[in-house]
Amino acid sequence: MRHLVSVLVEDHPRVLTRITSLFARRGFNIESLAVGKTHVPGLSRISIVVLGDDRTIEQVEKQLNKLIEVIKVVDHREPHVEREMALVKVRTEGVEERLQIKEIVEAFRARAVDVGRRTAIYEVTGAPNKIEGFIEGLEPYGVLEVMRTGAVAMSRGEHILRPRMKKEAV
Amino acid sequence: MNGAEAILEALEREGVRHIFGVPGGANMPIYDAMYSRSGIEHILTRHEQGAAHAAEGYAITSGRTGVVFATSGPGALNLVTGLADAMMDSVPIVAITGQVARSAVGTDAFQEADVTGVTMPVTKHNYLVQDVADIPRIIKEAFIIASTGRPGPVLIDVPKDVQLDEFTGGFDAAPQLPGYRPTTKGHPHQVQKALAALRTAKKPVMLVGGGAHDAAEALRRFAEKTGIPVITTLKGLGVLPSRHPQVVGMPGMHGTVAANLTIQQADLIMAIGLRFDDRITGNLSKFAPNVQTVIHVDIDPAEIGKVVAASVPIVGDAAWVAEKLAQGAEPLEIEDWWRQIRAWQEANPLPEPKGELLSSIDVIKAFSEATGGEAYVTTGVGQHQMFAALYWNFKHPRHFATSGGLGTMGYGLPASLGVQVAHPNDLVINFDGDGSLQMTIQELATLVRYNLPVKVALLNNGYLGMVRQWQDLFNDKRYAEVHLEESNPNFAAVAEAYGMRGVTVESKDELAGAVEEILNHPGPVLADFHVHNEEGVFPMIPAGGSAEDIITQHPEEASS
Repeated sequence: MRHLVSVLVEDHPRVLTRITSLFARRGFNIESLAVGKTHVPGLSRISIVVLGDDRTIEQVEKQLNKLIEVIKVVDHREPHVEREMALVKVRTEGVEERLQIKEIVEAFRARAVDVGRRTAIYEVTGAPNKIEGFIEGLEPYGVLEVMRTGAVAMSRGEHILRPRMKKEAV
Repeated sequence: MNGAEAILEALEREGVRHIFGVPGGANMPIYDAMYSRSGIEHILTRHEQGAAHAAEGYAITSGRTGVVFATSGPGALNLVTGLADAMMDSVPIVAITGQVARSAVGTDAFQEADVTGVTMPVTKHNYLVQDVADIPRIIKEAFIIASTGRPGPVLIDVPKDVQLDEFTGGFDAAPQLPGYRPTTKGHPHQVQKALAALRTAKKPVMLVGGGAHDAAEALRRFAEKTGIPVITTLKGLGVLPSRHPQVVGMPGMHGTVAANLTIQQADLIMAIGLRFDDRITGNLSKFAPNVQTVIHVDIDPAEIGKVVAASVPIVGDAAWVAEKLAQGAEPLEIEDWWRQIRAWQEANPLPEPKGELLSSIDVIKAFSEATGGEAYVTTGVGQHQMFAALYWNFKHPRHFATSGGLGTMGYGLPASLGVQVAHPNDLVINFDGDGSLQMTIQELATLVRYNLPVKVALLNNGYLGMVRQWQDLFNDKRYAEVHLEESNPNFAAVAEAYGMRGVTVESKDELAGAVEEILNHPGPVLADFHVHNEEGVFPMIPAGGSAEDIITQHPEEASS
């Protein structure tokens, strides 16, 4: 089973290493991982796509929570938005091919970000299955390079991933 | 004041009175600062691993966080086994290591190693100090992390130039641990659920582990009020006295038959402060097949449901939960269950040594009887450890320091010196093996230097005995690389060479006199007991087996 887990962490050196080393040590499978700063200074947010049964995911959450610099963990089972971005470099030789590619690009609401004599780079955003559909669609023309950011997610509505306001005494 | 002095000041403010360590190039400023201070006593061990285990023994038996110093590179790396051991057995220690200067970090400088990287998986948390101003806050945080929640080791790596930097700040910096919130109070509703489940159970059993020592008093009240059978794991020995009428024994690979059968037949398991280690469960699919309710109390939520699914999970401090359990305890009507357990106990007493040769069991029982169990006990790892666990009369919580999770040979001697530092006026006995002892034997020098009157009872069978036992039982007696006897030193002479008392005991006739002499000797003693070299530890459940597969004696003895 595929799970998307968001992790709010203190932006300290090696915090990403702590997380990836934990996953390696305990044999959790990472499908993708994306990390970036948040609007709050000192806080970063990580999105991890993990493969595993319910018991494994329970351990993923609990073990992540044990890391001192991990502030909050959420396994997105509630309604949420999931997006990924990819850059895809395609061979664009021949007028006929270019026209066909253009159709695919429009259908997936992708856009060209670099157009050369023989290649073009397209940017596509969406849920991971959309990205996969886009890449598959371009396959016959010759996909030369793919860079995916990994999925990122956010809960819909009032669920907000932020540090707890009230602190229990330690 | 420089960074090094700030470290010592901060440690004193944490109430630290003893530090175990070894100086070297990258932590010399700390030792230089210590030279002119008197608040903290430093115990110089002969190897950093010794310092780490000493800090563990100190922490386990005193409840105070153990503190270790080591230099950069090899010094810090020598701590790794001790840190991993403390991680596995949840022992609060704080290690402060020197690191090469900030400008040299990452250049493969002399005695440089990525110590925070190496120790990441074997510490609860670690720090690399980048700014001298952070020292008070980091030390405060380290002690909070090490000693609260599920305790564990914390390492602070301090570059040498940070130790030398001018420190001008104060010591009242608040800890900043927004992601650290251990749950100490169990959910009252869950406690009520546990008590309700207990009332309807016909065959309940309580298992207590290493996390239950500070709950000992409340657990005893709970146990005596309910009349529930109690099983103490290796790390839980002493939580209730081993001769308490309700204590059935130790579970697991070398546990008693009655304890293992009790778990196997139980319909309710109440587990307090333990993590269902594989040495306890054996084959998980056959572990406790009749259990309907598992109540699991642990301060670490990640342990609940990790190995055994819990029907009543209670995240919280064992002492807090035990108090609530004791308040709600009612007598259970489990006479039939007790009759069954008593029958198992009577039919399966622990093996008694046979024949003329001196047995490890004789030695442990002799010390146990001579002291009435009133001693702190440490062990190495192997057969002698299991014999001590099975035959010593454990009377009190926090009186037994042994390497449980990691199984670190060489743990016993350094741990014993740490215990003796924490309890200078009490008797400390280290039961050791000839294999284990030689992994850290250099710490005899530390006993001598500080006149720590530890009694080292060496159960010398001339083998890596536990490995030999497995080879005997499972590898058709192909004894590969387990013979130590021919090359073992004269241990008593080694002890004497270090400047402490050395004794050799070769027969049963000498035993009683020797034990008395050893216990009466005012200083440290090493007594080399030449024990039966083919003795096995029984009962035994082979690895991956279950209580059904228990072997109660050597198959050759059984058939003869």
